[in-house]
Amino acid sequence: MTTENATPDPSANGNKNRIGLTVADYRGAKSTLCPGCGHDAITGSIIQAAFEAGIEPHRVAKLSGIGCSSKTPAYFLSRSHGFNAVHGRMPSIATGVSVANRSLTLLGVSGDGDTASIGLGQFLHLVRRNVPLLYIVENNGVYGLTKGQFSATADVGSKAKSGRVNELMPIDVCALAIELGCGFVARSFSGDPKQLRPILKAALSHRGTAVVDVISPCVTFNNHEGSTKSYLNVKEHDAPLHDIFFIPRYENIEVDYAPGETREVTLHDGSRITLKKLGEDYDPGDALRALSTIHHGRQEDKFVTGLLYVDPEKEPFEQDLKLVETPLASLPLEQVRPPVEVLEEVMASLMTGKS
Amino acid sequence: MKASNNDFSIHVATVNGSGSQTANTTLMRSIFQMGVPVSGKNLFPSNIAGLPTWFTIRVNESGYVARKRRNDVLVAMNPETSVADISAMGSGSIVVVSEGVPAPKIPEDRTVYKVPFDKLVQPLVPDAKLRKLVVNMVYVGVVSHLLGIDFEEVDRSLTAQLGRKPKALDMNRAAVKVGAEYAAQNLKPAPFRVERRSQTEGKILIEGNQAAALGAMFGGVTFLSWYPITPSSSLAESLQAYLDRYRRDPKTGEATFAVVQAEDEIAAIGMVLGASWTGARAMTTTSGPGLSLMTEFTGFAYYAEVPAVIWDIQRVGPSTGLPTRTSQADLLSVAFLSHGDTKHVILLPATVEDCYTFGMNAFDLAERLQAPVFVLSDLDIGMNVWMSEPFRYPDKPWDRGKVLGQKELAKLSKFERYRDLDGDGIPYRTLPGTDHPLAGYFTRGSGHDERAFYTEDPETYKRVMDRLAAKYETARTLVPPPVIERTKGAEIGILGFGSSHWAIVEARDQLAGEGLSTSYLLLKALPFTKDVKSFLESMKLVYVVEQNRDAQMKALLTMEYPELATKLRSILHYDGLPIDAQSVVDQVKEREREEVLSR
Repeated sequence: MTTENATPDPSANGNKNRIGLTVADYRGAKSTLCPGCGHDAITGSIIQAAFEAGIEPHRVAKLSGIGCSSKTPAYFLSRSHGFNAVHGRMPSIATGVSVANRSLTLLGVSGDGDTASIGLGQFLHLVRRNVPLLYIVENNGVYGLTKGQFSATADVGSKAKSGRVNELMPIDVCALAIELGCGFVARSFSGDPKQLRPILKAALSHRGTAVVDVISPCVTFNNHEGSTKSYLNVKEHDAPLHDIFFIPRYENIEVDYAPGETREVTLHDGSRITLKKLGEDYDPGDALRALSTIHHGRQEDKFVTGLLYVDPEKEPFEQDLKLVETPLASLPLEQVRPPVEVLEEVMASLMTGKS
Repeated sequence: MKASNNDFSIHVATVNGSGSQTANTTLMRSIFQMGVPVSGKNLFPSNIAGLPTWFTIRVNESGYVARKRRNDVLVAMNPETSVADISAMGSGSIVVVSEGVPAPKIPEDRTVYKVPFDKLVQPLVPDAKLRKLVVNMVYVGVVSHLLGIDFEEVDRSLTAQLGRKPKALDMNRAAVKVGAEYAAQNLKPAPFRVERRSQTEGKILIEGNQAAALGAMFGGVTFLSWYPITPSSSLAESLQAYLDRYRRDPKTGEATFAVVQAEDEIAAIGMVLGASWTGARAMTTTSGPGLSLMTEFTGFAYYAEVPAVIWDIQRVGPSTGLPTRTSQADLLSVAFLSHGDTKHVILLPATVEDCYTFGMNAFDLAERLQAPVFVLSDLDIGMNVWMSEPFRYPDKPWDRGKVLGQKELAKLSKFERYRDLDGDGIPYRTLPGTDHPLAGYFTRGSGHDERAFYTEDPETYKRVMDRLAAKYETARTLVPPPVIERTKGAEIGILGFGSSHWAIVEARDQLAGEGLSTSYLLLKALPFTKDVKSFLESMKLVYVVEQNRDAQMKALLTMEYPELATKLRSILHYDGLPIDAQSVVDQVKEREREEVLSR
């Protein structure tokens, strides 16, 4: 293997998934992030979700930008190809990868600085194009690698370790994604794998851009009193919309709930998301409702988590491009070099000037 | 007055957006069809409609197609510029001027033909808006008569362009006729004539950007992303048009390519890197400001070894500069584009044929070298009309470089992405989706070792950088060599590249006529091949001709061959207009005088 050796997980019990792989086959190198980092918990959820979904590692392309979050693709799915791009520009790399080989599953990891500050433009255009990709934002509101400066998702009134208080409106990546017609938008918390895993599995089954914003506290620079994204504060203000269950297309499970208690969403590949009501009945197919829910949540200092918005039928980018079935990357020369007659035809028109 | 046959320049001054293109193309093609070599140059403002624009047709039976400094025939249709346009005409020239357009008093050795264009076109076209367009065809009639252009050829050229729109064709034909008749009845013969020759038989007329697009299509491009910017947009748009026509299934409409108009040039190059990392043949097209935006990603591609083809159609900088004028001033920044120790492979097309060939070869080179390859064209080659032999169909398959698939991996015990196994500095790569447990690796712009693992180890960093330098040495053996023309006994050399070529060809003949014989090296690529050094060594003095202020090519040559630097002299041209032979001749003669005096 060419990648760093995975550390063996004592909890791995040799269980195999539907394609005969164990959890260990989905691991990556040892994390170099701070002990207790929320990002490592997300990495754990990614590994578990990919294992449970039985994804073939060689079919996955892992993508990231720059920052603590963007280092994490090295820590999972070591058999997959990875591309750690430049700061804020993972979306353009993802677009190229996706168009070049439409049979790949793209898994992008970014941070709040990488997405909402330096990379906001590319992020929005990615969503606008609906490039098929799971785009995870590991959102802690600060720059970790440069030691604690605010990012553009920092909440109003949140205090930095230096004592400075953020006065600027946070950029809400979920609200922006919904505004641009993203077909899968969810928010979760790194400390809630029970919610995060089914979201990740469902997002991997979605056929367009799936934006999953995961609040992921920074233990070193943003976990103190006065920070809105500290473990304690997020736990206290986490307001889940529903319990989420994911039933993959290859499993025929019926979940039994009392009528009116659940909502079900069928994704394009036939897999299903079941949402069990916690408080009010929430319809994730209503974009305006989603936006107002996010808005009210912010006013009440709550982190509204769950599946915020879903539209399984939105056409992905490659449909728009009318690509041949074979990935562009594997087309043979005969299919991409027109025959000599074409050149002759063009040359003849250039001799006479005939358009 | 001495008649000049098949050797003059026609300069047409109109208003941007007035639809003079069909008229100018008709004139140019008619002469071309009479067997006389031509070139067509647009001089246009950064504007869509309203500002002045000029089109110059050089007619020259010896095949000199560079810009000529002085024009011989002026068609002054634009009242805003007519005074300056007419004043610029030299002794022996002729001026066709629209009646009512302001005209200055000029010396008597210039001939002025006043033509009532508006009156002539009025009865033909009742619609005033349409009349503005069709009036241009009246000057085609006038000029064709004056210069003896065969009206059969005018009609053929007009039909080729408008054959699909019979109504427009009839109207334009009538306009040509009315102009010709007016000239025949009222104007005295002109001192310039087109005479039938056979030098253009079997030849084509094409713009460089169009040629580059054709090359890319036959080179098997599968991915293009770009952001609109003059003067490169026509490359992307030509390519899109060719691909739509020839690379879509006629029944299903399915495409064997993707064209993505990006949100900016950063995204354009990002998409190219993503696509080519995945195995597509990917390219982008841009110009100076776009290139500046691509800087960071090109350094990434150099260090992480991702292929990319980047066409830079150079325009005048710095900053926005003169967006619709030509230059060769991106050379130095492209050679080292991005921070840190980077150096890039650059192709330098001098002809439309080079654009076509490099349109293909740039992919082979980029994939062979696993590196970005820049093609430095310019507005003069890219957006102007050039004569050429028809392009040849590629006689070789493509070169996809060192890519390991499932089968190859099955025979290996390990795969290390950045290990130099062949001693040429070029490692092996795998593509995402390859079904083998050894295939995966992690691409990053941060420090990495041979296995693509993150490292900040000093020795490893240096080893990787040294290998990249070794790879650059390999590139030296793969890039197209220069074209060298040695003149027996010549001690003076001329070194040029890109669109300066045609002015140099003409200048050398002129200099030879005046007793100064020169040898010539036409550079086609960077890094320099060994022939460049031996050429410099063999010459007493070498004039480096380039279209920029700072003698950028001379600087690169000086860096590479400091011991030969004292032999180098600069011939510079940087006013935004394409370089002309006279500028080269004058500067060479001036420098030669200085050399003699200093001895």
